[in-house]
Amino acid sequence: MIIQSVREILTTQGRLSTPLSELREDSDLYHAGLTSLATVGLMLALEEEFDIEFPDSMLSRKTFGSIESIVDAIEALQD
Amino acid sequence: MQDHESLSSTSFIALISEVRRVGREIIEPNASDVDEKSRFPSESIDALRKLKLLSAYVPEKQGGMGLGIVQVAKICEVLGRYCGSTAMIYAMHKIQVACLVQHGGQSSYISSYLDKLVSEQRLIASATTEIGIGGDLRSSICAVERDGSSFNLIKKAPVISYGVDADDLMITARRDSDAAKSDQVHVLLHKDQYSLEPISDWDALGFRGTCSAGFIVTAQGEDEQMLPAPFADILSQSMHPFAHITWSALWLGIAADAVNMARKFVKNEAKRNLEMPPISAIRLGEVESVLQTMRSNTAVAAADYQNMLAQNDAEAFTNFGFGIRINNLKVTSSQLIVDIVGKSMLICGISSYRNDSKFSLCRHLRDAYGAALMVNNDRILLHNSTLLLMHKGDG
Repeated sequence: MIIQSVREILTTQGRLSTPLSELREDSDLYHAGLTSLATVGLMLALEEEFDIEFPDSMLSRKTFGSIESIVDAIEALQD
Repeated sequence: MQDHESLSSTSFIALISEVRRVGREIIEPNASDVDEKSRFPSESIDALRKLKLLSAYVPEKQGGMGLGIVQVAKICEVLGRYCGSTAMIYAMHKIQVACLVQHGGQSSYISSYLDKLVSEQRLIASATTEIGIGGDLRSSICAVERDGSSFNLIKKAPVISYGVDADDLMITARRDSDAAKSDQVHVLLHKDQYSLEPISDWDALGFRGTCSAGFIVTAQGEDEQMLPAPFADILSQSMHPFAHITWSALWLGIAADAVNMARKFVKNEAKRNLEMPPISAIRLGEVESVLQTMRSNTAVAAADYQNMLAQNDAEAFTNFGFGIRINNLKVTSSQLIVDIVGKSMLICGISSYRNDSKFSLCRHLRDAYGAALMVNNDRILLHNSTLLLMHKGDG
């Protein structure tokens, strides 16, 4: 399940101030404390886990703004 | 976001010649005193008020000049030629104006404030850094403590440039007492809504007229005084690019003035002995080429940013590539200013090292060394090097 792995990676890499259990799939991760530097750790872990590579065009706040958008991005890259 | 219509090029050229006149007649004659006494350049800022330059970035339909970033950067550059502190204060004020213009759009409160800014030429200071967060603008400890539609706010700010002399203050804080440290709002406060308790003075090597002392800010306000957009967006779309472009532009002005001093020196020497050009003449050619690099870097970034604003694509600003390029501009310009002033000093020789010589470059050099430290280059490079783990730069 992509979403479960994303949640696990967010727990270890996101350095969020809101507990992950309180976040919905569309909750704003930046409001939950995600920083741009933590985003890099998150991306590296996602690339490793899913064997994908994020192109420069996807390196923006929009891609990593919510669990939902991260899952969408991974699915798009796996196609 | 606001798309700017630029002033016609003829009237902008006329405006720049007015800025140069004020620079020669008011700003430059006061620059040494401002520097020596580490005092606010009140004559210079008043002169800019008379030219209505404090609202230059406010759109024409709201009574401002409607200048774009390219033109504002040009004004900063020209001011930098006469007094680094005045130019820095003007740039810092303009950064705050850009945040209001570009992110206050739907707020009737901000819109009526912009009317006041135009008619009263109010000067805005900024309190973003906070004691205890180590210079990271994207974190706040202090929070807006809500009470109905009002709020209280106390912030320990290690630096508020020209805090005492500003008319208003823009300040960052957590959205409310439960918010994450990165969940910040940007708040506009009027002078009668806050008090400043001094915690440190400003007796620095350069940019002495910016009076960048530290204060504890105690404020009350209304909810409508918070900009509607999250501070994260305001920072990436406006404050970050606007700051590094206007700072680079004013550093360029300081550097260009140093090169001009070197040119005058060489010319002076050449006149005395036409047969034998001064040994330092070749260095003038060398330093001019470095200056051109600095000028080109700044111009490219300003034009790039102006284009992005015109395209009205808020998402584009959060792309890593844009942030990296803006950071590169700051790091490079802050190094080139030291290089250029240093090379100009080699040309002018010991007279540039003297405080009492007409070829003195002492203030230029002291100001130049501040550039790498205001938002420390190492912090920026560390940030970029992390982003570069992901960003490939292949467009």
